Amino acid sequence: MRNVQTVAANTFREAVRDRVLYNLVFFALMMIGAAILVGQISIGIERDVIISLGLTAISVIGIFIAIFLGVALVSKEMDKRTLYALLAKPVKRWEFLLGKFAGLVMTLTVNTAAMAAGLYIALWSVTRAWQSSDIYILAAVYLILLKLALIVALALLFSCFTTPFLAILFTAGMYVAGLLAGDLRTVHGVELDPGTLQWMRGISYLLPNFENFNVMGAVVHERSVPVAFVWQATLYALLYTAIVLTGAAIVFSRRNLK
Amino acid sequence: MGVAGCAHGSAAPVDEVRWLFKNKGMPQGAIEIENLSKEYPYGFLNLKRRKSLEDLTMQVEDGEVFGFLGPNGAGKSTTIKLLMRLIFPTAGTARILGKSIDDVAMHASIGYLPEQPYFYDYLTAYEVLDYFARFHNLKANERAARVEAMLKKVGLDSAKKIQLRKYSKGMLQRVGLAQAILHEPKVVVLDEPMSGLDPLGRREVRDIIQELKREGRTVLFSTHVLSDAEMLCDRVGVIVGGKLRGIGAPGELVDMKAQGMEILFELSGAVPNLPLLTNATRTGDRYRVQLPEGELYAALDALKAAGARILSVAQIKPTLEEYFMHLVEADRAQPSAIEVSGK
Repeated sequence: MRNVQTVAANTFREAVRDRVLYNLVFFALMMIGAAILVGQISIGIERDVIISLGLTAISVIGIFIAIFLGVALVSKEMDKRTLYALLAKPVKRWEFLLGKFAGLVMTLTVNTAAMAAGLYIALWSVTRAWQSSDIYILAAVYLILLKLALIVALALLFSCFTTPFLAILFTAGMYVAGLLAGDLRTVHGVELDPGTLQWMRGISYLLPNFENFNVMGAVVHERSVPVAFVWQATLYALLYTAIVLTGAAIVFSRRNLK
Repeated sequence: MGVAGCAHGSAAPVDEVRWLFKNKGMPQGAIEIENLSKEYPYGFLNLKRRKSLEDLTMQVEDGEVFGFLGPNGAGKSTTIKLLMRLIFPTAGTARILGKSIDDVAMHASIGYLPEQPYFYDYLTAYEVLDYFARFHNLKANERAARVEAMLKKVGLDSAKKIQLRKYSKGMLQRVGLAQAILHEPKVVVLDEPMSGLDPLGRREVRDIIQELKREGRTVLFSTHVLSDAEMLCDRVGVIVGGKLRGIGAPGELVDMKAQGMEILFELSGAVPNLPLLTNATRTGDRYRVQLPEGELYAALDALKAAGARILSVAQIKPTLEEYFMHLVEADRAQPSAIEVSGK
C-alpha cells in the first residue's frame, strides 16, 4: 500500500499546486453574497435558503471537479507520458490507479470539508443561533462526498478506455441516468409491456443510484437523517466504487500506452 | 567512406543469433528477447494490422553497453516499451536478469529513461527524484542522500528547487537520466539519451554511460546518432522496418579492410602542377586527397618534391554509418515491408 500512498500524496499535491482549491474562493464569495441577500429578501426562511444553496453548491462544484479531474487523472498522465517512468518502476498498474483515485478523493474531502465549514459560518451569520437539526448538514455533506467518490471512480473507468472528451460525456451521462434510476423502477402512467418494464427495472439496479446520497430535503426541513440510512448509503458507495475500480484496473492492466 | 580504426572481426548474422538462442549452452544474458512481435491495429474500425516489430530475437550480455540503432520509426522505442511493459507484445517473450518482464518486483533492478521524458512540471527536480525514489523503499535519509548525489552527478544541483515547468528540454533529459539510475539498477535502459542535449550535455551522458559500465551495470540504449554508438558500445543491434538486420561489435559489422588511403597536406605559395591535386579537396592552404593504397608512396614523393608539408596519412575504412545506410536503403527497396494484413 506504500506505492498507493505515494501516488495519492502526489496527486493531492498536484491538485493543490494546480490551484484546484481556488474554487473555495468562489464558494466563499457566493455564500457571503447569499447571506447578505437572504437577510434582506426572505422572512423566516433564511435558514432553508442558506442550507439549500450551500449544499447544492457543494454538490455541483464537487461534481465538476470529480468529473473533469477524475477523467484527467489517467488520461493526462498518458497524454503527457508522465507515467512512463513511473510504470517502469516496481509499481503495479492497479496501485497507480488506486493512488490516483485516493489522491483525488483526498482533494475532494478537503474541498468539501472547507465548503461545509463555510456553509456553517454563513448559516450562523444569518440565524445567529444553532439548532440541533443543524448537525444533519454534516450527514448531507458526508453523503455528497460518497457520491463524489463514486463519480471519480466512474470517470477513472471511462478514461481508461476512451478519449477524455467521451469519458466526460459518459461520466456525466451516467450521473444523470443514476439520478433517474429510482424513477425507472417506478414507472407509472405509461403503457409498457411487462418485458420492457422488467428490462427497465434491471437497468435501474445496474445504474448507480445517486438518489441514495440525497438528503437535502430532510436537512432543509429539519428532519433527522437516520443512522441506518447513512450506513446503507456508505456500504452501497463502497461496494459500487470497488466494483467500478476493479473494472478500471482490469482495463488499465492491459492498456497499451502511446 | 570515413577514416576509422577498430578491431578486426566478422559480422554475426541475425540467424546465427537466433540459433544460438536455442542452444542451451549459451550464457544467460542480462536482457533476453525471443521472437518478440508487436502489431498495432489501424484504420477506421481498427481492422487492419500494422507490424511495428517483427520476430525480434536478441540478447544483451551482462555488463555490456549495447546500442540499439535504427532510423526513426524502426521499432527501437517499441522494443524498449515492450521491455518496460508500457505496451504488450502480440507474440514472443522477454526476460531481464532471468525473470519475465511481467514480474513487477524485477523492475526494482531496472532503470529506464523514456524518449523525450516529461515529468510532473509542478514539482522541482528534487521533489520528482524524491517521488521516484519512494518506489524503491529507500529510507528517508538514504533517499535524501541519493537524490542530492544524483542532482550533482547530472549537473542540476543549482536548479534543484526550480519547478520543472521552467526547465529546458536538455535539463528534463538530465532529470530523466537521474531518475533512471537513482536506485543503482543492474540494468539501465535509455531511450535516445542524447536527444535534446548540447555537446556538453552529450559528453556528460557519455561519461555517465561509461561510468555505469565500469560499475558493472548493463546498459541498453537506443540512438540514431551512430558516432555515439561507435564510441560507447561493446555491441550494437541495427533495426530497420521492425526487423533486426544486424548485431555485433561495431568493428565486426563493417568490413574492416582498408579501402584506400587519405593524405592531408599543406601547400603554401604557388600551386604546383600535380595530377593528384585534381582530385583533392582544398580548405585554405590545406588539401585532402584519397587514392589507392598502391599509389601512396609515389604521391608522397611527388608532394615532397613540390614542397608540401604532410600533415597526416590514414587508411580509409568503412564506418558504421555506411553500414547503417546500406541496411536502411535495402529496407526501403522492399515495398510495404511493414504492413502485413488487412481485412
